[in-house]
Amino acid sequence: MPSSTSDVNRDRQRFDYVLRLADSDLVLAQRLGEWVGHGPALEEDIALTNVGLDLIGQARLWFAYAGELEARFAGAGRSEDALAFLRDSGEFRNLLLVEQPNGNYADTMARQLYFDTWHRLLLAELTGSTDARIAEIAAKAGKEVTYHAERSASWVIRLGDGSDESHDKMQAAIDDLWMYTGELFVPDATELVLAQEGIACDASTLLPAWREAIGAILTEATLSVPDATWMQQGGKRGVHTEHLGHLLATMQWLQRAYPGAQW
Amino acid sequence: MSGEGTAAPGTAAVWQALAAIPDPEIPVVSIVDLGIVRDVEWQDGVPTVTVTPTYSGCPATEVIMADIGRALTAAGFAAHRVAIRLAPAWTTDWIAAPARARLSEFGIAPPGARAGASAQLIAVTGLRRRRAVEPVPCPRCGGARTSELSHFGSTPCKAQYRCDDCLEPFDYFKPH
Repeated sequence: MPSSTSDVNRDRQRFDYVLRLADSDLVLAQRLGEWVGHGPALEEDIALTNVGLDLIGQARLWFAYAGELEARFAGAGRSEDALAFLRDSGEFRNLLLVEQPNGNYADTMARQLYFDTWHRLLLAELTGSTDARIAEIAAKAGKEVTYHAERSASWVIRLGDGSDESHDKMQAAIDDLWMYTGELFVPDATELVLAQEGIACDASTLLPAWREAIGAILTEATLSVPDATWMQQGGKRGVHTEHLGHLLATMQWLQRAYPGAQW
Repeated sequence: MSGEGTAAPGTAAVWQALAAIPDPEIPVVSIVDLGIVRDVEWQDGVPTVTVTPTYSGCPATEVIMADIGRALTAAGFAAHRVAIRLAPAWTTDWIAAPARARLSEFGIAPPGARAGASAQLIAVTGLRRRRAVEPVPCPRCGGARTSELSHFGSTPCKAQYRCDDCLEPFDYFKPH
């Protein structure tokens, strides 16, 4: 069916936007999977990988939709696997925050707290998207992410309001990752156009609620909210930290070495 | 069940075949008990089964889809379609009362009432406290004094608890 230029542009923008959601889910899931066999207790090993499993499931729903959108403007859309395993780091659109290494448990939980709190607010907004598919995936994912957010908050409070050592490690992790939280709230042109039509969410609108939630959690954790204002950016443009390439090498090597391999 | 409005002669047989498929992880309940099967409709003489998956990443989903295909073929419906419906999202409120009793007998505390859609907007710290005070009675001795050991149990849909009366650990099917 012939479609107008503006429809084609809109599909391309929607593809970009949906891919960002998919990539952040996938990259964080891969990071959480690195904890398999290394968790501080069996229960935590299982819990982190279950959170990762939810995120992989959500990534698959977004990738499947991205492939359908791509087919509309490019003639053919890539499969979930092709999008996950056959793109290079410059083509990934995930947040810089989620590609940061696991570090110690406080580092992993600080990363998770920042992401989950943002993710929960974003998905709640997207349930009202005028794109029905985005709205229904957001509604389904939002239920799972509410649980993730609750879990990471309770860990940050437990470690912050714990021993002197756990407090100091938690504060250091909160401070170290702070510079990656800025881009969570900086919309680009694609996002603003889509937000105008009610398809996407203008990320800047999430900031007040995020700061309020993070502030309340850190206060209960006896931690202080970082006051640094300089922020790293680049994920939406495919400009990543050095860590993403290494992560992708581990995640993608099998499909790269043995194209189409199945088991 | 909404499929009954469009009843064709085979509708009851299709539901019967689906009701005999156990959940791969929790075999005391069927996929119909869990509310995963949403609808059976006929299109061009072929039954279409509409399924709403539970958790996005649940590994049982693919097994369930394959089981549906096998069960329908065995029941004489080699030609059939399985459609996935995401909205409304699956909730534990769809688990029928008899299935809740069977979960309990199996040693899994059945899910309490779902928090409700508005819970998503409650502050995270508030959510944490609300869940902590929610009573989860022990499925073995009925004791009310229980505590959460881990946010996740043997599957993504369950949390691990311990009874402070009989000291037995048990799984709690989380309200979702």
